[in-house]
Amino acid sequence: MSAAPQTRERPSLRRLAGDSPAAVLTLVFIGIFIGTDIVNRAQGGGAFLTLKQISTTFLFAAVLGLMAAGQTLVMLTGGVDLSVATTATAGAFAVSRFGTEGSAKAILIALVIGLAIGLVNGIGVALFRVNALIMTLGISTITLGLLTVQAQKQFTSLVPNFVVTLGSGRVLTYIPYDLFVWVPIAALIILGLRYSGIGRMIYAVGDNPVASRLAGVRTWQVLLFVYAICGLLSAAAGILLVGFNNAADLGIAAPFLLPSVAAVVIGGTSIFGGLGGYAGTILGALILTVLDSLLTILNASQAVRQIIYGLIVLALAAIYARATAAE
Amino acid sequence: MTDSVPLLEARDIAKSYGAVQALRSADLVVEPGEVHALLGANGAGKSTLVKVLTGVISPDRGTFAINGNPVRIGSPAQAARNGLAPVFQDPALVPDLTIAQNMRLTGASPAAVERELRALDLAVDFSEQARDVPLPMLRMIDLARALARDPQLLLLDEITAALPSDLAERVFTVMRASRERGRSVLFITHRLKEVIASCDRATILRDGGAVATIVPEEGGEETIVEYMLGPEAAQAVVAAVDKDAGDVRATPAATGVTPALEVIDLSMGRVRGVSFSLRPGEILGVAALEGQGQDDLFAVLSGQQSPASGEVRAGGKMLKARHPYDAIRAGVVLVPADRLQALLPQRSVRENIAAPRYNSVRRWGPINVRDEGRRVREAEEALQIDTRAARQVRRLSGGNQQKVTIARWLANGFATMLCFDPTRGIDVGTKRQIYALLRRLADDGAAILFFSSELAEFPLVCDRVLALFGGEVTAELAGAAADEASLLRAMHGLAAEAEAVA
Repeated sequence: MSAAPQTRERPSLRRLAGDSPAAVLTLVFIGIFIGTDIVNRAQGGGAFLTLKQISTTFLFAAVLGLMAAGQTLVMLTGGVDLSVATTATAGAFAVSRFGTEGSAKAILIALVIGLAIGLVNGIGVALFRVNALIMTLGISTITLGLLTVQAQKQFTSLVPNFVVTLGSGRVLTYIPYDLFVWVPIAALIILGLRYSGIGRMIYAVGDNPVASRLAGVRTWQVLLFVYAICGLLSAAAGILLVGFNNAADLGIAAPFLLPSVAAVVIGGTSIFGGLGGYAGTILGALILTVLDSLLTILNASQAVRQIIYGLIVLALAAIYARATAAE
Repeated sequence: MTDSVPLLEARDIAKSYGAVQALRSADLVVEPGEVHALLGANGAGKSTLVKVLTGVISPDRGTFAINGNPVRIGSPAQAARNGLAPVFQDPALVPDLTIAQNMRLTGASPAAVERELRALDLAVDFSEQARDVPLPMLRMIDLARALARDPQLLLLDEITAALPSDLAERVFTVMRASRERGRSVLFITHRLKEVIASCDRATILRDGGAVATIVPEEGGEETIVEYMLGPEAAQAVVAAVDKDAGDVRATPAATGVTPALEVIDLSMGRVRGVSFSLRPGEILGVAALEGQGQDDLFAVLSGQQSPASGEVRAGGKMLKARHPYDAIRAGVVLVPADRLQALLPQRSVRENIAAPRYNSVRRWGPINVRDEGRRVREAEEALQIDTRAARQVRRLSGGNQQKVTIARWLANGFATMLCFDPTRGIDVGTKRQIYALLRRLADDGAAILFFSSELAEFPLVCDRVLALFGGEVTAELAGAAADEASLLRAMHGLAAEAEAVA
């Protein structure tokens, strides 16, 4: 056999996007950050590209990052979880409801509730083969109903100081406390997807469920696992969020639902599953967070924000489809 | 041939996928009124050239002329306007629509297609949903649809790969008829016997370029193989097979060994009361016409379906598989014909090979990267997998993909391998590698159950062959005695003369 045939590498954005989406996303992130800086200066608001603002961006991004973490795992299996926001709300409520009984207990209860919601989703999708959209949307509605009932009853509400610090405080001026939650979880997910058996199985089930079954994978086990973890991570996001807001209300996490999907898609994870990873999602979450700051500076209304989010998701999904299309 | 203007002249076609150059510079000239074969090993660029010719992809470079006029083939529609009609390996029909609806979808007149089918001596119910029509019949419908357009050049891509011999015969009749009417056929196949019997000329591709255009009848099979593989490689492969073929006939010791797989009075779907036993070190063939229960038999043994009655024993232990996992744990593994059923197309070769290692919750923890790497490498080497495009398995050629599905079980260990048409759509060089590998595995103590739609493979590969007819085992032949004539008789249930092994 002769040597492998070689051709000149044609440098193109498309090639770059296909080979290392993270590099492109990092450039986009930096680009938007600088753009925001220019806009802010133009409006007389001073510099945006400061350590303080970078720190704030990470502080804000942690909540979205955690919610999108669970979403990434679910979407890698080819599903979607539309209950992440409600699950986060439930976590937030649990913390404030049980806040008077100590932060450890409050956090534990919030996480258990998140895990339980995730397990119910998982049982529906994995065992009863309910379509993921329907199942998670249904559970989300039910959860919100239960929370409304709960909220109408009189109860003491207190967000423990520990949770407030965790969700909004910084150490050494610039390091948000919530990074101590987000960074280890992010590392665990990125490494786990690559170097653990369950990580491989998540990709396998998402890429080809029939082939996974023939390789002996009980796909329901994998699906149950990812939905359960997604519930857990969403509750964790809710804990940080209630710490940041210092109070829980029924709509506290609702604005995060679409961004949790958007961050995953922007991060290059295939909506059909089997391809992608959490590193891209992190960048997606950061990009959306800066974008949000930009829209705030521009004084955009909630409606305009939603339109822009929608457009960005559509544009990136289209670009992604082109870049990875079977040639 | 004649010195008339060629029907199709493709010159200097090149196409790259990323860093992999699939076509370097390929030429193809098809004369009017000839049956022309396009041959090449997996990865030689055959599929790419076909896709370029049919407008599915655009080449990076190259020119086309039809009847001497330069043309552009930028889309499948343009190819059709230029008189090219392709029939692909996988029928292009929407499963949820009826056959008639499918015809209308592509602008074909159902009446014309029905006429072509009648000419082929086939009756098809056009109100049936495509998903309910067996695959070989779908291929024939696809063929009839292409013929209904009366194309100048009919392009048949691996159409005979999974056709039973009676249907394949009708395809050859179509090719002869086209030739007589001055139409041409471009015939892509891995079956060299068909090429020699039916084709006027053959163009052979190797490493992305045409190496020769020959008259197949003159050189015979070995010449073609030599062109396909390059002179040295061909020698090596032939030698390997010949050497292995020598040991094939050694019948393994019959007594005192626990069968690797024992099937007792098994019934499920079309399978009716099948019993047999498979010893370690033995390759047992299953020969059958389309739809005689072989699919159900393999589905039960691989744990995809539960039997209606009867039992299966693996290594002497009762195997009640409710999931492929149970079969795999008992050492019974499947290599399916359809590689889409076995592979994770977007994942790497390594992940594909290692996948079954982590199929149990107990193996969900951290991966032993070194151990995994070593096992995967060993399997890759044993199968000589070309790992140039290893980052995504979907970028590999068909033969390499099939090697990956086999390598998976090499890396993970097994006792009995169920091979269901493992060489379907694979080039002759890779096929021979697979035969040699199966024999080597058997010599190392593995048991192999082997179904093939290609009868010539049985005497080459198997120690014994069972014929399955109407869901029952109707005959058992010794591998050496399983020539085409005996097999055909047995597969049609005419067992009397074919009786052989005690």
